[in-house]
Amino acid sequence: MASASEQGGITQSSPGLFDISLIVNGAPQAVRVPARRLLSDCLRHDLRLTGTHVGCEHGVCGACTVLVDGVSVRSCLMLAVTADGARITTVEGLTEPDGTLSAVQQAFADCHGLQCGFCTPGFLTTITAGLAENPDPSPDQAREIIGGNLCRCTGYQNIVQAVLRAAELRREAGLKREAGLTREAGLTPEAGP
Amino acid sequence: MTAMFGEPIARLEDDRLLRGNGAYLDDLGHDALAAAFVRSPHAHARVLGVDVADALDVDGLVAIYTYEDLPGRIAEPLPLLIPHPALTHGRTGYPLASDEVNYVGEPVVMVIARDRYLAEDAAERIMVDYEPLPAVVGVDAALAAEHLVHPDVPGNVAGHLVQSNGDAAAAIAAAPRTLELHLYIERSASTPLEGRGVLARWDTESRRLRIWTSTQTSTGVRAAVAAKLELDLADVDVITPDVGGGFGVKIVHPWPEEVLVPWAARLLRQPVKFTEDRIEHFVASAHERGQRHQVRVGFDDDGRLLGLDVRFWHDNGAYIPYGLIVPIITSTQLLGPYKPGAYRVEFSSLYTNTVIVTPYRGAGRPQGVFVMERTMDAIAAALGLDRTVVRERNFIQPDEMPYDQGLIFQDGRPLIYDSGDYPAVLARLKALAGWDGFEAERAAAAEQGRRLGIGLACYVEGTGVGPYEGAHVVVETSGKVKVATGLTTQGQGHQTVFAQIVADELGVPIGDIEVVTGDTRAFGYAVGTFASRAAVMSGSAVALAARAARAKAIRVAAAALEASPDDLEITGGIVQIKGDPESGIAIGTVAVLSNPLRYAFDEAAQAATQFAGGDIGKPPVADGDEPGIEGREYFSPLRSTFASGMHAVVVETDPLTAEIRIVRYCVVHDCGRLINPRIVEGQIHGGVAQGVGGALYERMAYDETGQLQNASFMDFLMPYVSEVPAGIEIDHLETPSPLNPLGIKGAGEAGVIPGAAVFAAAIEDAEGIAITSMPISPSDLFELRLSRRGDRAV
Ligand code: FES
Ligand code: FES
Repeated sequence: MASASEQGGITQSSPGLFDISLIVNGAPQAVRVPARRLLSDCLRHDLRLTGTHVGCEHGVCGACTVLVDGVSVRSCLMLAVTADGARITTVEGLTEPDGTLSAVQQAFADCHGLQCGFCTPGFLTTITAGLAENPDPSPDQAREIIGGNLCRCTGYQNIVQAVLRAAELRREAGLKREAGLTREAGLTPEAGP
Repeated sequence: MTAMFGEPIARLEDDRLLRGNGAYLDDLGHDALAAAFVRSPHAHARVLGVDVADALDVDGLVAIYTYEDLPGRIAEPLPLLIPHPALTHGRTGYPLASDEVNYVGEPVVMVIARDRYLAEDAAERIMVDYEPLPAVVGVDAALAAEHLVHPDVPGNVAGHLVQSNGDAAAAIAAAPRTLELHLYIERSASTPLEGRGVLARWDTESRRLRIWTSTQTSTGVRAAVAAKLELDLADVDVITPDVGGGFGVKIVHPWPEEVLVPWAARLLRQPVKFTEDRIEHFVASAHERGQRHQVRVGFDDDGRLLGLDVRFWHDNGAYIPYGLIVPIITSTQLLGPYKPGAYRVEFSSLYTNTVIVTPYRGAGRPQGVFVMERTMDAIAAALGLDRTVVRERNFIQPDEMPYDQGLIFQDGRPLIYDSGDYPAVLARLKALAGWDGFEAERAAAAEQGRRLGIGLACYVEGTGVGPYEGAHVVVETSGKVKVATGLTTQGQGHQTVFAQIVADELGVPIGDIEVVTGDTRAFGYAVGTFASRAAVMSGSAVALAARAARAKAIRVAAAALEASPDDLEITGGIVQIKGDPESGIAIGTVAVLSNPLRYAFDEAAQAATQFAGGDIGKPPVADGDEPGIEGREYFSPLRSTFASGMHAVVVETDPLTAEIRIVRYCVVHDCGRLINPRIVEGQIHGGVAQGVGGALYERMAYDETGQLQNASFMDFLMPYVSEVPAGIEIDHLETPSPLNPLGIKGAGEAGVIPGAAVFAAAIEDAEGIAITSMPISPSDLFELRLSRRGDRAV
């Protein structure tokens, strides 16, 4: 086994076990894991964040998708040790600070975008990243955003609707936030389009 | 208060699931020991010996079990769940293979270790010595019976059944025109996104067993495991956690793992968990659909059916725990909305050295509809008639309902359609799909070098099969209403639709209602979730239980208000004299009053204590009465209800690459009264996507040695969003069922049923090549084109 310094800062605490630190949904976490432990298992079983689901364990279904430093990643294809030092967002971390559902979550509820709910966390994280990149997707782009995730229940119809609805909710929230900021600054809000 | 029944309200279960707070099987039991299995790499082999020596020094190993270790009833074959007189050679597997394995994936050794990684480490080091035997793969090999799957089953025939209504042979012989068709459908599978899984905990102090399992029938698992472990039912709880999809595969029980994991938990006095991985789900759960069919049909010059004779061969895999249900459904439901004239059907169910076959959404109907609708299209082609005209001429008419098809259905009861209006469904479908304008559309596309085709397919689906379901409704003193029914949920929105029913029946706000399903602690008598039966069976039972609770609440409130029960109503959770909100008592208070108390537990409860009054001339609980506002009722219908529908699809086939693109997909659906149209549409969407998968992409690629070549999501092509239509146009007709209090029929399976038939029809229409085998891939279509051109190079 390589020494701690050779592992790029990961300390090997006892034979085969490594101490890593992650920032998960904003909270720092220290975990001791074997080198082969998948990030998905680390999140689910070590940190007990079971919202991240495992549908295939070979990188095809997308149920295990989490955001690693803001980028959507299949946590079944990443070793926990390689995530050392990363900021990770799981489905549990998507809600607003006050506990209300995020725009993407709310859109799924509004559009009946889930049935059994097993694939849902992976869609929610994927779409969250997708809308950060493209806040105003066309229906075709909405389909592209979810193009790599499998769902066996919904036939995707309402998930596509949910992507579009989430974009709409985000725009509305953005406008409200802007209006609030303008008022706070004592400025007269300009008439909207 | 507006009625909830029929409203497309948002689901009550979603908030929890959207926050990642669902609790699926593998989200439970973090401290449990993990089970992993050594599975057979051979489709057919004798097991000569198991050598575990190398595995013993794996760190974290707890136990290794082989067949030799299994005691008592656990060492016996798994139950044959649905016996039938025609199932003359029923065989089931052992929880762990004894001396023979019959499919790749069959469990041979169970390993228990501290976690799954370690259990797999140990499993990998276990050496099993096999003597390979010739494998029987596919219907044709089974039928040829050159080799036998089970040496004591001649011809590989598990069962053989003939049903008839009239003299089909004579009718066909006398018919002015006849046709013969050979039709084939390959295997596919339910493939829920969450595989199987079971967690068991033995409580050493109370000597009770608690099982969580990802199942479609918690009461079924409870009875089966209690029998295997020789425990009283009262000492076993089975809880269905959130389930990540079922689609049929999870109705099978007990799986080998469902027997072994609880057994090991009791033996080791530690919780044990098994979570199936994806490859295991492909090779060790269940498939469906594989059938070969031969049709002879006689008809007149107008296309009216005179006689229909269908023979088919069903591939049931290595064992047959679920009996003959799938082929029985094919043999009866293929009749669809038609009067077949004289009918005879004969099938054999055949063993092969492949994983078992059990119902997958649609359960034999997709094959049956494929057979009947291909036949209808062939008749139309033979006579040069419009395909809808031939169908119209053979429809059962609304005034002929109830219609007796003269056969016995999958529930052992006569196949009698309760209601339906097939001409109306077809009229709507033609309008929705633009059937009459299609030739112009086709011509316009052809001008641009594009090749279009349209197809339609009709089905009738027996739903809501018995024997029964029950429900319990109780009003808490807080006014909250707890509803329990025993069947299970896999994403159908049962919490929402049952709450909608209770809200209306009881007159309480929907937000005060909590529904529990699939937990034997909450409701112990149930059958399970299959055959689109949950809404019909449990929905009806829930309605009846809520009515009973309502009657009781009215009676208790009437005494308190000194009013006649007939003058009372319940609205918004308040029991009041009709139209007089001033008189109202909250239903929670009525619950307090219904339970004469000695001890007040809070201020409201004081009203029910012994010194608070009441008629001292009567016992506090009247003869024959009970405390509490509760209802417990069962619903057991005479027969199944029959939903119906028709789909149409327009496809475009690429003249060069043979790629098949969906231009539009239309559904007209009649499942009786809709409880929640949004949820019903969701069911249709999901079903249609599975129909697309089954028609164009999904197949189980077994090679001739019985190895499944595509046991992963990389190779088994389950549709992504890019494979399903961008929009599914849906129209509903609501023909109420007379067989239940709510007039509903099931909706869960409908979307998938006409999939193979409708795509075959549309592709045939686009290409002018007979499509007789499904699924069809672009390369299959390309080959068909080549063979039609007589192998000329393109
Ligand atoms: S579980 Fe990671 S992609 Fe399927
Ligand atoms: S909602 Fe069940 S897999 Fe998507």
